[in-house]
Amino acid sequence: MRPFTFERAKTPADAAAAAARHPDAKFIAGGTNLLDLMKLQIETPAHLIDVNGLGLEKIEATQEGGLRIGALVRNADLAAHHRVRRDYGVLSRALVAGASGQLRNMATTAGNLLQRTRCPYFYDTNQPCNKRLPGSGCGAIGGFSRPHAVIGVSDACIATHPSDMAVAMRVLDATVETINPDGSARKIPIAKLHCLPGDTPHIETVLMPGELITGVTLPKPVGGKHIYHKVRDRSSFAFALVSVAAIVQPDGTGRVALGGVAPKPWRVEEAEAELPRGAKVFTARLLAGARPTPENAFKLRLVERIVASVLAEAKGAQV
Amino acid sequence: MKFDMPATTNPIDQLKVIGKATERIDGPLKTTGTAPYAYERHDVAVNQAYGYIVGAAVAKGRIESMDLTAAKAAPGVIAIVTAENAGQLDKGNLNTAKLLGGPAVDHYHQAIALVVAETFEQARSAAHLIHVDYERAKGAFDLAIAKNSSTPPKPGFGGPPDSAVGDFVGAFESAPFQFDATYTTPDQSHAMMEPHASIAAWNGDKLTVWTSNQMIAWSVGDMAKTLGIPKENVRLISPYVGGGFGGKLFLRADALLAALGARAANRPVKVALQRALMMNNTTHRPATIQRLRLGATKEGKLTAIAHESWSGDLPGGSPETAVSQTRLLYAGANRMTAMRLAVLDLPEGNAMRAPGEAPGMMALEIAMDEMAEKLGLDPIEFRILNDTQVAPDNPAKPPSSDPQSKAPEEKHYPHPPFSQRRLTECFRTGAERFGWNKRNPVPGKSREGHWLMGIGVAAAFRNNLVMKSAARVRLDNKGVVTVETDMTDIGTGSYTIIAQTAAEMMGVALHQVVVRLGDSDFPVSCGSGGQWGGNSSTSGVYAACMKLREAVAQKLGFDSTKAVFADGQVRDGGRSTPLAQAAGESGLVMEDAMEYGDLDKKYQQSTFGAHFVEVAVHASTGETRVRRMLAVCAAGRILNPKSARSQVIGAMTMGMGAALMEELTVDKRHGFFVNHDLAGYEVPVHADVPHQEVIFLDETDPISSPMKAKGVGELGICGVAAAIANAIYNATGVRVRDYPITLDKLIDRLPEVA
Ligand SMILES: Cc1cc2nc3c(=O)[nH]c(=O)nc-3n(C[C@H](O)[C@H](O)[C@H](O)COP(=O)(O)OP(=O)(O)OC[C@H]3O[C@@H](n4cnc5c(N)ncnc54)[C@H](O)[C@@H]3O)c2cc1C
Ligand code: SF4
Repeated sequence: MRPFTFERAKTPADAAAAAARHPDAKFIAGGTNLLDLMKLQIETPAHLIDVNGLGLEKIEATQEGGLRIGALVRNADLAAHHRVRRDYGVLSRALVAGASGQLRNMATTAGNLLQRTRCPYFYDTNQPCNKRLPGSGCGAIGGFSRPHAVIGVSDACIATHPSDMAVAMRVLDATVETINPDGSARKIPIAKLHCLPGDTPHIETVLMPGELITGVTLPKPVGGKHIYHKVRDRSSFAFALVSVAAIVQPDGTGRVALGGVAPKPWRVEEAEAELPRGAKVFTARLLAGARPTPENAFKLRLVERIVASVLAEAKGAQV
Repeated sequence: MKFDMPATTNPIDQLKVIGKATERIDGPLKTTGTAPYAYERHDVAVNQAYGYIVGAAVAKGRIESMDLTAAKAAPGVIAIVTAENAGQLDKGNLNTAKLLGGPAVDHYHQAIALVVAETFEQARSAAHLIHVDYERAKGAFDLAIAKNSSTPPKPGFGGPPDSAVGDFVGAFESAPFQFDATYTTPDQSHAMMEPHASIAAWNGDKLTVWTSNQMIAWSVGDMAKTLGIPKENVRLISPYVGGGFGGKLFLRADALLAALGARAANRPVKVALQRALMMNNTTHRPATIQRLRLGATKEGKLTAIAHESWSGDLPGGSPETAVSQTRLLYAGANRMTAMRLAVLDLPEGNAMRAPGEAPGMMALEIAMDEMAEKLGLDPIEFRILNDTQVAPDNPAKPPSSDPQSKAPEEKHYPHPPFSQRRLTECFRTGAERFGWNKRNPVPGKSREGHWLMGIGVAAAFRNNLVMKSAARVRLDNKGVVTVETDMTDIGTGSYTIIAQTAAEMMGVALHQVVVRLGDSDFPVSCGSGGQWGGNSSTSGVYAACMKLREAVAQKLGFDSTKAVFADGQVRDGGRSTPLAQAAGESGLVMEDAMEYGDLDKKYQQSTFGAHFVEVAVHASTGETRVRRMLAVCAAGRILNPKSARSQVIGAMTMGMGAALMEELTVDKRHGFFVNHDLAGYEVPVHADVPHQEVIFLDETDPISSPMKAKGVGELGICGVAAAIANAIYNATGVRVRDYPITLDKLIDRLPEVA
């Protein structure tokens, strides 16, 4: 771990401004991802700005009938919130499918969105990794790639975004709210938050230096059956091999986003028109252009099987 | 004391303390966090500095240059140890690769430097400033390829590499039913909770190391040898071990580098192996490729059995002895086994819980299930049909290749009877309790909602080893009995069964016994390994207590053959004297060891069991979730049913890991285990562990020791994974022969999702 200085910011604007003063600064929220990476010398900030005191831990109704989730709301609290459980079941289910109880008590909404990949080569500083050390190559391509992405990948990087929560937020059409060091605020649709790797896998989001996430808003509830189906190698405390977040309406229309298959939550709105035609047709559209490795090609078939199962479950629930 | 005749009635048979379900005497210390584990011994030496290990970044090659300038100048750094400045170092007898590499690098994450600093954080930060240039060499990392140039290994723990009885080839070719399949098991990691950790302090030329180690005497010897100092100058202290599973049988880098660091820093140094180094820096269970061939009559009698196994290791290493159990488990007149060892440049392989049998049973017991199906027989009936009371294949040790060897020729017994073998009873008892008759023998036919349900069975088998073990017992004038032995408690319950043994022998209450373990100043025990620890260490305590009883009887004027030790009294012919009276002011101390004759050659000593498992396989995703497990064990006298049960359910859980998720993934280009942390190397979590039940058959084995006990700690893992594999087959109709059975190996062969 590189030695660092530390400060506690008082307001969101202060935090963003402080980040602008220290080019090598990082915000720290729950610390459950950042600290691990610092101990392994993967993240080496020279300055930490603690954002836990910004008063961003509230969940409030919006005028539009949706919900505004503060950036510092803990994953455990968000999952347990009565409105989330009633109106945004897919989010609650995705959250409790992630990590462990202890971690969810610490992990925050913004931190979860910005958590970094679990690619084992990214985690081993002896290995090449374009994300950790741009230009050094990609260890996973041609190596161990079973957990890696099958779509949205590039020749530079095939890492997944590991979050469960973000997949549910993607299917809910959430909007990320931020504040910049100059005090200006902006709203970023979650679909636009994460970048595909291209030639620059170290650039993971559209956030500017010092830009602070202040909250996430969910639009008015859309009803339907909310399902989050996470598939992993053990029953709990494991990242998804594949996860499916779905909202299915009684008429068979709906929305589906995938986790564990891409560098960002994977959703293709145009493909959703095919949902009533069944899992095969829909999945073919959703995963068109996929570039799996021999080790993770099974994910394509797995997605189709889970989607089929999810659609069957949704239908069953309406009987 | 020598044990060379079967045990007759002795004080242990009273079973006042032994055999009773007893809570761990060290339990309160552990549950309150006050048991002193190695890294937390802040009290034992003042001014401890912190060491951080740098692991090699390549699998094979040479260090061309190492730039320590920045690290040396970093805040708090006291010393940096490398092969260049560590002085002349030998290699331990039980280490395959050097514990401090450089300039040659033998495997990935081999330690190449230790940074010692005032704080842990400073040591870690400085370690990252060391810049190393390597010259990479080509290595062999793929067992499937290296297998082609494998050779017969030297005979070792698992016996000679080859064995043959009758005419396998002829019998197999003429068998009406033949089965031939190849199985693979992956590299596995011990992945114990407590990493290897040590604090070392020098006092002149004397070294003391507080560490976490299963085999104190082995490691004292290897520490002395590596440093080139007399054994007498090395003291190891390891009273508590946070899991070992074979990973702490040997001197490892933490202990050696703590010693070297302390010498360089001129003050005590503590070192814990970083989690990220555990998988590649230490030992692991090697992967195997195993071919099984079975030939049988149409009635299901095995006439031909062949088991071949290939594994790899660094040059000078040893094989995974995966064919051992096949020599002993089932009858059959014509048989062959063979082990071959390939050179691999992966980290060194070595013992992990039930070495040999654990992966061997993973293959053999699927093969038996497959053959039963071929024969149209119930898998339990097929196994019972081929049960045997004599060892079918007990190859002789080849004569020593050392012409100077003074070892007397050992008499060889080609087909010794089993001292106890109740495999059939294990199956019958388990079948009844588990509801075996509810199993649909046709696979893929039972369903509960989304889940395909299946039941599977497998035999459990693990040899019983006996090892010389010594102890010292002291009686004081308050009647307190103190036992000292360098035996270790690796979470198994050694403290408690040793206390129970002393209490039974001396006729005192359990709380009147103090047990002190894991210190090389104490008499040399058998240590903890190979499931011999429970039986052998208590037998050593038995021997010492026998001596103490004689001394007490003599002091108090009793006939030691008639005196009864009970309730803190010594009694005979109407006279009763307090035991404590024999102690006098200075106490009474006796020491003895139990040594073994050739009963373990005249008789085959093994432990047996049957594993039953019910699984649910998700019809869409292929995820397997275990629902119920039962193990029935026949393993001699169970000294403490409570800790024995814990051993068996822990082993069943570990077997579940082997079946479903555990695999060190090899990067075959760069030669290292990629998933080297506990996020990447998955072991079962609580949610994976369902209802588990253990039944011990009531058994005593007078051939094994005066305790009439055997081991259970490894028996419990042997066969579990195959039982799960067989249950998955029963659930799905999909046979997977490559462990672990992850969903990607199933989904293509599962029915379409409706
Ligand atoms: C063992 C383990 C298992 C896990 N399993 C799962 C799982 O199954 N599923 C899953 O989804 N996740 C899992 N996680 C990941 C976990 O969800 C994340 O670690 C957590 O959500 C991160 O939140 P945090 O608040 O602790 O973030 P931090 O570690 O504090 O920060 C993460 C990143 O976000 C940045 N950041 C934080 N807050 C802000 C802000 N307001 N504005 C801008 N940037 C900010 C930080 O600078 C940092 O780069 C697991 C983690 C661990 C350690
Ligand atoms: S997949 Fe991405 S994160 Fe993983 S090694 Fe390649 S570049 Fe690095």
